[in-house]
Amino acid sequence: MKKEISFVLNGNRMEMEVDPFWTLLELLREELEMTGTKYGCGSGECGACTVLVNGKAVNACLFPAVEIDGASVTTIEGLAKGSGELHPLQTAFIEQGAVQCGYCTPGMIMSAKALLDENPNPTEDEIRHALAGNFCRCTGYVQIIDAVKAASHAITTKGEMRPRKAE
Amino acid sequence: METLSSVGKRIPKRDAVDKVTGRAAYIQDLKVPGMLYGKILRSKYPHARIVRIDTSKAKKLLGVRAVITAEDVPQIRYGFIKDQPVLKSGKVRSYRDELAAVAAIDPEIAEEALHLIEVEYEALPGVFDPIEAMKPDAPLIHEENKGNILKIPWKLVAGDVEEARKNSAFVAEDRFEVTWVTHCCLGTEGIIADFDLRNNLTTYRNTQIPSLAQRDYKDALKVMGLPDAKVRIIKPTIGGGFGSKLDTYGFEYIAILLAYVTRKPVKIQKTREEEFRYTSTRQPAIVQIAQGCDKEGKLTFRDISMILDNGAYTSWGATTPSVMMMPISSLYKVPNVRYEAKCVYTNNTWSQAMRGYGNPQATFAIESNMEQLAEASGIDPLEFRMRNANEPGEVTPQRFKITTCGLKECIQEVSKRLDWANKKKGPKVEGRGIGMACLIHVGGGARVYKSDGCGTIVKVDDFGAVDVFTGSTDMGQGADTVIAQMVAEEMGVLCEDVNILDRDTDVCPWDVGAHASRTTFVAGNSAVLAARRVKERILNIAAGFVDRWKDKQGNKHEIKLDTDPKNLTIKERMVYSVKEPEKKIALSKILRGAHYEKDGTMIMAEAFYDPDNENLDREFKGNLSKAYAYGAHGVEIQVDKETGKIKILKYVAAHDVGRAINPMLLEGQVYGGTAMGVGYALTERLILEKGEVMNPNFRDYKMLTAKDVIPIEAVIIETNDEAGPFGAKGIGEPGLVPSAPAIANALYDAIGVRIKELPMTPERVLKAIKEKEKK
Repeated sequence: MKKEISFVLNGNRMEMEVDPFWTLLELLREELEMTGTKYGCGSGECGACTVLVNGKAVNACLFPAVEIDGASVTTIEGLAKGSGELHPLQTAFIEQGAVQCGYCTPGMIMSAKALLDENPNPTEDEIRHALAGNFCRCTGYVQIIDAVKAASHAITTKGEMRPRKAE
Repeated sequence: METLSSVGKRIPKRDAVDKVTGRAAYIQDLKVPGMLYGKILRSKYPHARIVRIDTSKAKKLLGVRAVITAEDVPQIRYGFIKDQPVLKSGKVRSYRDELAAVAAIDPEIAEEALHLIEVEYEALPGVFDPIEAMKPDAPLIHEENKGNILKIPWKLVAGDVEEARKNSAFVAEDRFEVTWVTHCCLGTEGIIADFDLRNNLTTYRNTQIPSLAQRDYKDALKVMGLPDAKVRIIKPTIGGGFGSKLDTYGFEYIAILLAYVTRKPVKIQKTREEEFRYTSTRQPAIVQIAQGCDKEGKLTFRDISMILDNGAYTSWGATTPSVMMMPISSLYKVPNVRYEAKCVYTNNTWSQAMRGYGNPQATFAIESNMEQLAEASGIDPLEFRMRNANEPGEVTPQRFKITTCGLKECIQEVSKRLDWANKKKGPKVEGRGIGMACLIHVGGGARVYKSDGCGTIVKVDDFGAVDVFTGSTDMGQGADTVIAQMVAEEMGVLCEDVNILDRDTDVCPWDVGAHASRTTFVAGNSAVLAARRVKERILNIAAGFVDRWKDKQGNKHEIKLDTDPKNLTIKERMVYSVKEPEKKIALSKILRGAHYEKDGTMIMAEAFYDPDNENLDREFKGNLSKAYAYGAHGVEIQVDKETGKIKILKYVAAHDVGRAINPMLLEGQVYGGTAMGVGYALTERLILEKGEVMNPNFRDYKMLTAKDVIPIEAVIIETNDEAGPFGAKGIGEPGLVPSAPAIANALYDAIGVRIKELPMTPERVLKAIKEKEKK
């Protein structure tokens, strides 16, 4: 028995019939062929499939697809602007050397985005805590944490500059 | 030193932008029209006779296109000594053994079909401990052999160990043990195999060895009666390698067989659980070691014997003793060396290459025991290492010719950054300690095969963009970027002008594979050679080149370049006369000029670089690598005596890298390697019980998370190796080699207990503390 759901995906309104057994990961990867969100373990341990549902980071491999009914979903494909302008996290990951094989990267960036959206200026401990569910085998996390700090800096300093401009 | 514009710069990884936007396509992301999904039925017993396999019910399931067993297909064999068929018949020797395979229209149906295959087994007694397996009455894993000890006699002898031992002032002797660990690539292994109507095979496969895999597949096609079929391998973006993709495996041949039987593309994609259960591990080893020194603390001998659990079949993993010989013979100056290793068949999983390839196991024993010897001789362990440190120009007992060697500088960096002398002298904080360990690794290729080479083709387009077709493989380590930097530097173009193509055996030249930390050195040298040839051709065409144009006012201008190509150079996309630098013409103009004329020409060049290193001879001696990488790691830890937990307070990883082509990516290799090494030291372990993997998931395997990040300082020591491209040596593996002994030594310094078995879990630390208290 398929269920009809409507949701917003990366800013686009969607209406779909979904199987009650589908996970959000299956919906994204198999039905919508959006392969930016990765399968890493299928059991919510590695975080490679992290996406945002109403701003909260979730493991898409465990999240039932039917539960996004009425929700807003953001995936890695929705992070850069249509013009191609990258999100500060994406730029920071590139510039800080936080990307090696890149398989964990989309999930890592989505977890970091959930953190920075809520807390634009996190401490290192808060960053580590937010990324604790995202495994990386290549980087030892060092440059990933540097990247989140750099993105946080970019985001918060931009925030400071805006009122100055208004003056 | 000359000023360089691309080499030495912290240039971001070339494909990072695709990876941060989700555009990079991994094997998981690929589909081919009409594709079927393959699944493999593996053994339910570690050792059993196969009485009967009945696939009739599975074949009838709607959506199933093929079910194969050993009876249905030609017997392709694989592995280092080809001791295993792709599909097993007669008996199974491990839980990994492949019995049957299914191709179906979706993965769920394929999985369901596996459950419908009936297998009747007759269980046989198994053997899971290599020491038990060596006993004369142990069950035979391979009946055609007389015993379970593999007939590869690993033995290295240099000098006279017995005599040296007699004359040593101090001797330290002990036994160490290391267990199975696995790669944990975030992107699991997979393959799509597809035949065209002429039986040519194309595979999409995340492999570290495209050229060798091509040959393996060719051999398989020969067995299948297709000797003339062509093989093409396309590499998608690779989600990590670390050695796991350094061979061809059963699942690849099964996909090929299923594709041939069904005449459809077939994909086999490992799940995470399959990746944990069926990926070949790092070799477990039992190490008996003795080392001696004279009164001054100079090493006199090193004597090591090892027993390695070979598992049920022989893969390249059985050759790790050849790499273990490297630190055994050549880490520190040690004149007399004896090493013997036995690989023993058991009913366990079989091992393969994993970052460091035997070196971490051997170095754990050597460097733990060095510390014991330093203590016996009453010399500070850091000073002890300095006295024995390798130096440039040395020829080691294994006949390695050491060119550049920054080991002493690395040790000094560790000393300085850990404040070694004061910490050793000063009042000790309860439970706190410092320790260190060093490493040697191949840094200039490694002649494991007959060739250690890599080919490159460089061509330029009409606009000055450079296409580099390299045999090398990027699996995240940054080969794509450092090769682009070196080509840009050599040719005088900008790094962003260089496009790296490394994905397709139809267009890329041969390379022996992404192993032995060899890519920057070997593929780099190859790329630089090809770039130099292209540059020469460009300058030959540019010699005497005349550029005429009119400005806006209609005035005519003319520039003529020097007629002698030796007086020309390229910099920042312009060709210059060296003597008259104001005379310059855009590179793109010259490139177009090359073929927009009578008897025109295309500008491209190829190069093959194969270092003049040596295969090990019958005595396992020879100059294996053109250059050797050195390093020293130092660590300060805090031990919680109540819980046994080790906390890393500071970690210094100093590496002699020859020259850093890209310091940012290089640091990434050191950080990542170290984190993997610390996991090896403290948390990671694949637990096998009677041959069965008990923790096939991340939760129970316990690799480090972001919460466990180690404060690592990566220190780059540049020794500029003459043979390296721009002076560079390899750095892919060294980062994880000395982590475990460095931490073990710090633990001893902190609380006086020595853990001789990895990983050093809190349980083991607590147990050791209790045993010490009893005494």
